[in-house]
Amino acid sequence: MAEAAAHDDHDHKPYHGWVRWVYSTNHKDIGTLYLIFAIFAGIVGGALSVAIRMELQEPGIQIFSGLAQMVYGMNGDAAIDGGKSMYNAFGTAHALIMIFFMVMPALIGGFANWMVPIMIGAPDMAFPRMNNISFWLLPPAFILLLSSMFVPSAPGAFGVGGGWTIYPPLSTSGQPGPAMDLAILSIHIAGASSILGAINFITTIFNMRAPGMTLHKMPLFAWSVLVTAFLLLLSLPVLAGAITMLLTDRNFGTSFFVPDNGGDPLLFQHLFWFFGHPEVYILILPGFGIISHIVSTFSKKPVFGYLGMAYAMVAIGAVGFIVWAHHMYTTGLSLDTQRYFVFATMVIAVPTGVKIFSWIATMWGGSISFKPPMLWALGFIFLFTIGGVTGVQLANAGLDRSLHDTYFVIAHFHYVLSLGAVFAIFAGWYYWFPKMTGYMYSPVIANTHFWVTFVGVNLIFFPQHFLGLAGMPRRTIDYPDAFAGWNYVSSIGSYISAVGVAIFLYGVFEAFQKKRVAGANPWGEGATTLEWQLPSPPPFHQWEQLPKIK
Amino acid sequence: MRKFLASAEFLAGTAASAVLFSSAAARADQPREWEMTFQAPATDMMRQIERFGNYTMWFIVPITILVLVLLLVCIVKFRASANPVPSKTSHNTLIEVIWTVGPVIVLLLIAIPSFQLLTAQYTPPEEAKLTVKATGNQWNWDYEYQVDKALTFNSAVLQDGDRAKAGKEDRGLYPRLLAVDNELVVPVNTMTRVLVTATDVIHSFAMPSFGIKVDAVPGRTNETWFKAEKEGLYYGQCSQLCGKDHAFMPIAIRVVSDAQFKTWLEAAKTSLPNANKALMAEVDGTNKVAAAGN
Repeated sequence: MAEAAAHDDHDHKPYHGWVRWVYSTNHKDIGTLYLIFAIFAGIVGGALSVAIRMELQEPGIQIFSGLAQMVYGMNGDAAIDGGKSMYNAFGTAHALIMIFFMVMPALIGGFANWMVPIMIGAPDMAFPRMNNISFWLLPPAFILLLSSMFVPSAPGAFGVGGGWTIYPPLSTSGQPGPAMDLAILSIHIAGASSILGAINFITTIFNMRAPGMTLHKMPLFAWSVLVTAFLLLLSLPVLAGAITMLLTDRNFGTSFFVPDNGGDPLLFQHLFWFFGHPEVYILILPGFGIISHIVSTFSKKPVFGYLGMAYAMVAIGAVGFIVWAHHMYTTGLSLDTQRYFVFATMVIAVPTGVKIFSWIATMWGGSISFKPPMLWALGFIFLFTIGGVTGVQLANAGLDRSLHDTYFVIAHFHYVLSLGAVFAIFAGWYYWFPKMTGYMYSPVIANTHFWVTFVGVNLIFFPQHFLGLAGMPRRTIDYPDAFAGWNYVSSIGSYISAVGVAIFLYGVFEAFQKKRVAGANPWGEGATTLEWQLPSPPPFHQWEQLPKIK
Repeated sequence: MRKFLASAEFLAGTAASAVLFSSAAARADQPREWEMTFQAPATDMMRQIERFGNYTMWFIVPITILVLVLLLVCIVKFRASANPVPSKTSHNTLIEVIWTVGPVIVLLLIAIPSFQLLTAQYTPPEEAKLTVKATGNQWNWDYEYQVDKALTFNSAVLQDGDRAKAGKEDRGLYPRLLAVDNELVVPVNTMTRVLVTATDVIHSFAMPSFGIKVDAVPGRTNETWFKAEKEGLYYGQCSQLCGKDHAFMPIAIRVVSDAQFKTWLEAAKTSLPNANKALMAEVDGTNKVAAAGN
């Protein structure tokens, strides 16, 4: 007990200065670190995508030969070749950064770290020190990935240019330089970070709920994080295995994926997508949870069909593990294999439909106020629906024959991720920002941010459906002149979205500058989860007396 | 059920121009400016794919509109100023069953023709009369005609500097990034089997207007087939990221009459450039007329 008393002396206030952040074992501080990290990585990843769109604004090679000249000091033809490789490296880095260093840190590391313990009435995460290392593994992983862009991959090329899917042999014999090794190491470390985080969330949610909070009374965001954590825990080790085999194929003479020595390049694709498909649900499920809370809060109604909503996420997570080869319809899978994956993939549309309709039913009969978080949530529901229905089309192997690896696929997955997951992140940001900081942002700036982003991203991605139908392949630095029109529109959309990001950052700055006090619960009677019972920002340690759940 | 499907497909066909997958005016064999739909089908398989694509639109467009309308109703009818007192309804078993079973039915309606289409793609209606092996390299294709005294040649993107020498200065017929030095020449209305593999990294052999796309994987031979219905010059592009010049390894297939093919094949065995020149002299004039007619 003496120990506890001594501990009590300093557990009410954080350390000062950098020690507070670097040594932090506090879930809220770590969540804040994750969010800052995600914003930073998002700006880097977004800048890469703007460079890509600048290049694709017109046919021909305009931007990247100059960039290669500037960054790598190449000249003449070498600059053009270096630029082509650099374009591939930008595309690869854009995807990896957005997935591993923006969406996952924001949703899981950021919002889930902040809100799950509070929502379930726990004082902190189950393993606070592990939480610390989960975060601090990310910056070195990010630095490894960024530095890979400046070391050689293939002769005359820098940076990993194999796409985020890093299919061998392009990622083995195709790029013998050290860039790929750095990227593999980066993914390994980021993966380890996520696995540790997943263990932490599962333990926390199973063991640290306040008295009376059964699983079936747990808020949906906590449910979504629980399902996500299981997906992480089960899928990331498979990725780790696959990229370790890639690493030994590259450096130690093994031949897991080398056909000359009895290996199979498609084995990697199976392993990769066994991770990769659950991964896309990892990116979107926490968003589902956030949207449920926001829709309920601003409709002043409880979530419609709570149990259905929770188990729809469980179903999506479970089925998500048995649909991976729908990414591989053109690789030469047998007819029966394709039939199975078509069928299994379509099944996912059912629980997803349940969620969409339940959100609408939550609003139905409600008394809806259109605060900025609700605006983002409404945008999410509609745009995610568009991405969902094109997903149903792509699920059909016969139709995917024409659409696979075209811009139609790019449009589809950006509708579910860029316009789905990212809209959910912004919805969550505007929902919880007053709680996390104690300050209220300017609703005018937040609404402007929404509308500019909404117009921008739709302008980017809707025309890409047309490009894909007309046959434009993915991942090309240049395209036949006939594709110029829609590409131009798409690029304009990209610039508008970039303005949206600037407005977002200004809004954050403005909120901290004006310091409008938000109060414990700025959203009124609809906000019923436990975080709104605490002051804003919450105390350094909350729930020293556990809340009682009725 | 069958009758319903047939009528839905008929509707999809007639009203197609209204929707994304429409088979609008420009019947063509290469991408067109501001195109919003598939390229015009040149095989029956692509026509089936297009028809199925149109058919799915009859489900997904109404579903999307339904969601939009429901959202708009909520926004208008249930906004705080119009409906200050929220209901507390959070359950309705009947409606939950409906929105679970409804999508299941929609998915079944999509799945049945989808499986038919998929099966058709793997069930060639007849034996192949011609077999061509396409081998992807960084960043060009090798074509091998598996005939008596096999013919093998390489096909790479047409460099601008070589246009004059190749007699391919017409950029409408030989578009930048799509035109190649040596096209794959096949006879019209002939069942053609394509064996696809690669030597270095994974590529993908794709021809949008034929409805085919199959990966070229080192150490593996994949197979696809097509039966082109219309003479002309068709373009596709490598469809799997394969490194620096992924954007610069097009696929061009020239479909000609049976007689023209036989003449070309014999001539090509001695001199490919001469055979191509002779063939172009014969067919490019007619192609131009066809292109102008579009």
